[in-house]
Amino acid sequence: MDDTTFSVVLFSGTDDKLNAAAVLTAGAAAMGRKVNVFLQYWALDAFRSDRIHKDHGVAPEAGPEGAEAYQRHGGQHWSEIFRQAKDIGEVGIHACSLSMEMFGLSVEDLDPLVDGQEGVASFFLDVDGPVTFI
Amino acid sequence: MTTANVTRSIDARGMPCPGPLMSLIGAIRENEIGAVIEVLSSDEGSRTDIPAWISKAGHELVEVVEEGDFARFVVRKAR
Repeated sequence: MDDTTFSVVLFSGTDDKLNAAAVLTAGAAAMGRKVNVFLQYWALDAFRSDRIHKDHGVAPEAGPEGAEAYQRHGGQHWSEIFRQAKDIGEVGIHACSLSMEMFGLSVEDLDPLVDGQEGVASFFLDVDGPVTFI
Repeated sequence: MTTANVTRSIDARGMPCPGPLMSLIGAIRENEIGAVIEVLSSDEGSRTDIPAWISKAGHELVEVVEEGDFARFVVRKAR
């Protein structure tokens, strides 16, 4: 693996932002970058195995027209894009332990895409460059 | 027309970015060195992404054929 790690704090739980994060992760993994994703708040909630495929809506700035464009565009579900990224590269996805506690979750409640839970300091252990916040 | 003998052809037309590239990467991994993989893509992003990935991953872009509303990328697995 070359270049710096692509470190992402994924906070947002709407399908458009989760999809954007998945596409960036796949691109980084394809180009040989290690990827380090930290799931907080609403993004973590979207990775619950019982909710991952439900409709998570789009960001408010989309408006009705943007929401319709997003739905119409189709393509693969963001969870599938994350799965492909993990398949081709070194992609770690960890749940923020604070958010886990807030929602009363354990790792078994999450989709198998999630490698485990960790504290914020552990996330930064793998950070060797900029952090992207989505 | 493609001159190389195609080992595997992938029709990724209609798939948005990064679908066609991900399909290509999967096919490259599943085939032997020397295999020729052809990807049909209507995604504009593929026009930059597929050559960029091939260059980074060290494979050979045999040819890109414009077919109107899609392009045909022919790739040889080099390593």
